[in-house]
Amino acid sequence: MEKSLLAPGHRACAGCAMPTTIKLVLDAAGPNTIVASPTGCLEVTTTPFPESAWCVPWIHSLFENPAAVASGVELMVKRRGHDTNVIVIGGDGSTFDIGMGSNSGMFERGHKILYVCYDNEAYMNTGVQRSGSTPFCANTTTTPWGKESLGNPRPKKDMPAIAIAHRVPYVATASIAYPVDLRRKVKRALQVNGPSYIQVNAPCITGWTFEAGIMVEISRLAVETGLWPLVEWVNGEVTEVKKIRMLKPVDEYLKTQGRYRHLFKRPDGAAILKQIQDMADANIAKYQLVD
Amino acid sequence: MSQKMSPPIQKDPQKRAASMRVVEGSYAVAHAVMCSMPDVISAYPITPQTHIVEHLSQMVADGATDAEFLTVDSEFSALSVLVGSSAMGGRSYSSTTSQGLALMYEVLYNVSGMRLPVVMTVANRAMGAPLNIWNDHQDSIGARDVGWIQLYVENVQEAMDATPQAYKIAEDLDIRTPVMVCMDGFILTHVYEPVELLDKERVRSFLPPYRPEHILDPANPYTFGAFADPSTYTEFRYQQCEAMVKSMAKIEKAASEFQEIFGRYYGGLIDTYRTDDAEVIIIAMGSVVGTIKDAIDQMRAAGKRVGLVKIRSYRPFPVKALKDALKNAQVIAVLEKDVSVGYEAGLTTDLKAAFYNSNLRMPIVGFSAGLGGRDITIHDIERLVQKAEAARAGIESEFEFLTLRKEIL
Repeated sequence: MEKSLLAPGHRACAGCAMPTTIKLVLDAAGPNTIVASPTGCLEVTTTPFPESAWCVPWIHSLFENPAAVASGVELMVKRRGHDTNVIVIGGDGSTFDIGMGSNSGMFERGHKILYVCYDNEAYMNTGVQRSGSTPFCANTTTTPWGKESLGNPRPKKDMPAIAIAHRVPYVATASIAYPVDLRRKVKRALQVNGPSYIQVNAPCITGWTFEAGIMVEISRLAVETGLWPLVEWVNGEVTEVKKIRMLKPVDEYLKTQGRYRHLFKRPDGAAILKQIQDMADANIAKYQLVD
Repeated sequence: MSQKMSPPIQKDPQKRAASMRVVEGSYAVAHAVMCSMPDVISAYPITPQTHIVEHLSQMVADGATDAEFLTVDSEFSALSVLVGSSAMGGRSYSSTTSQGLALMYEVLYNVSGMRLPVVMTVANRAMGAPLNIWNDHQDSIGARDVGWIQLYVENVQEAMDATPQAYKIAEDLDIRTPVMVCMDGFILTHVYEPVELLDKERVRSFLPPYRPEHILDPANPYTFGAFADPSTYTEFRYQQCEAMVKSMAKIEKAASEFQEIFGRYYGGLIDTYRTDDAEVIIIAMGSVVGTIKDAIDQMRAAGKRVGLVKIRSYRPFPVKALKDALKNAQVIAVLEKDVSVGYEAGLTTDLKAAFYNSNLRMPIVGFSAGLGGRDITIHDIERLVQKAEAARAGIESEFEFLTLRKEIL
């Protein structure tokens, strides 16, 4: 493997999936790439002035505008007749919530931009608050469990479907536990003459609360339980699905993480576990994840 | 314009008239943008700036400019797109007003903090609530501290001519600071006035191509928009302040270089009108300056010694130029189209602050007028002068609403 385009020495937590995601994306994209990112963990841990971990040109402006900033970058790339990749890499808070307006604009205008969301399912940079990506009944600091609460009351927003509704020609889900698959998806996305969207399951050690060293295992379990199907959509049609060889019950995934601990402690947790299993089963049926 | 400072280059009035065309203010600005050869224009409709981007889109459609023209999802995205294009080294333009400028607020700080020389026309309009689409200066005065140079123009010709000047100032490597060209909504954007249209070739000789030192380039990768902690943040702000101070000379230089090529001059940081022996001097910005000049001519004919200082550059605030121009006044009356709810209004308090640590001790009284598009008449200006004259005997009110309709309160 060639030298990584994200230099070591960044300040992300040990066991964080975000730098792994960046490395895999840049490894696939190569050095002829410009990256725009929102405010968040990525920005504060990779660019503490005067240091930067980025070995490709990188720009951060605000929390909710990387898709718009990248649109301006892409216009200039096109104007100069260059073939430089333009990639947004941002977390779910920016992607699902506050940046939705500028994401929608970028998708709809058809810019040749790859948008990669490293999805850790909450606002982690501010200390684990619920986002539109937080799964059903996950504990966060703004959806804590308690006598009257079982955690986040709503299921996760279906962001790939929103991208597809914009007629984004290439949409995929990926996981850091499947690096070959992720690299291949990035390469495919970059060949598309238009926008593309890849949503990467990226566990957060402090937000999901798990022991260091099992980040990859947790992300693999998300896939193997059917909670995070690996799917590729071209022009809105499912073109590829990662089959699950050894299907596992959702409990095996959920019990690895502190954010779901209450579901195993409380008597009314069992019904919730059943609901989450139903969600996984629905995914399995919808995408035919098991042969 | 100014009695002393603006010699017309074409002395023969018939020849001058022949080269003039009657155009809408928004068209004149769009034409000036086109002549400034931008790379990227972003557009979002909001009254009363919409005609500017409509005219620009037609120029793009007609092939009069090869600029990339992007219609976006909000004013917030309009300016965010320009963060990307400007960081790529592209000359970048947008225009907005009022609520649109407020929606851009975060991005305004970002553009200036990243030292990106974006130029934007602000078609000045009131802020809601209550909703009001007409002219005042609340929008841009409210954005006083965002780190942009703010130039205010008096008429359509000046709005056009200030546009290439703005790029020249913004892109100067000693300055690297974005510029807002503030023109009164409707009063200037929608009025048809005779103007001398700029031509691309002469603008090219005035405004060199944009050659930034740092851009997003894979051959030489830079990080833009890094995170600065308390050990470096102050120095970023200090450098912006330094650039603002340096920009004063550059604003004056751009105005005189423009005059050399085009023969038109509107003052550098400020302009003056009949101030030499004036006892009462009015200070104002924007299109109301034209009305004030007419009022001054009438009052002068009646024997009153009244003059005017027009502020072109509100940020940077031209303290030295103002002190020089106002030092012999016996009373100063500020007329402004904004209010700071809780304490006076921007220009009044800025001017008083500028004079406090000096030996200038004439009374300064402030008047807010023209809010939400209410007309400011010659009669209103005469009343303002009467009130200012009364203040020479002792200030009764440091700040007031000049045209308040007490009967509907």
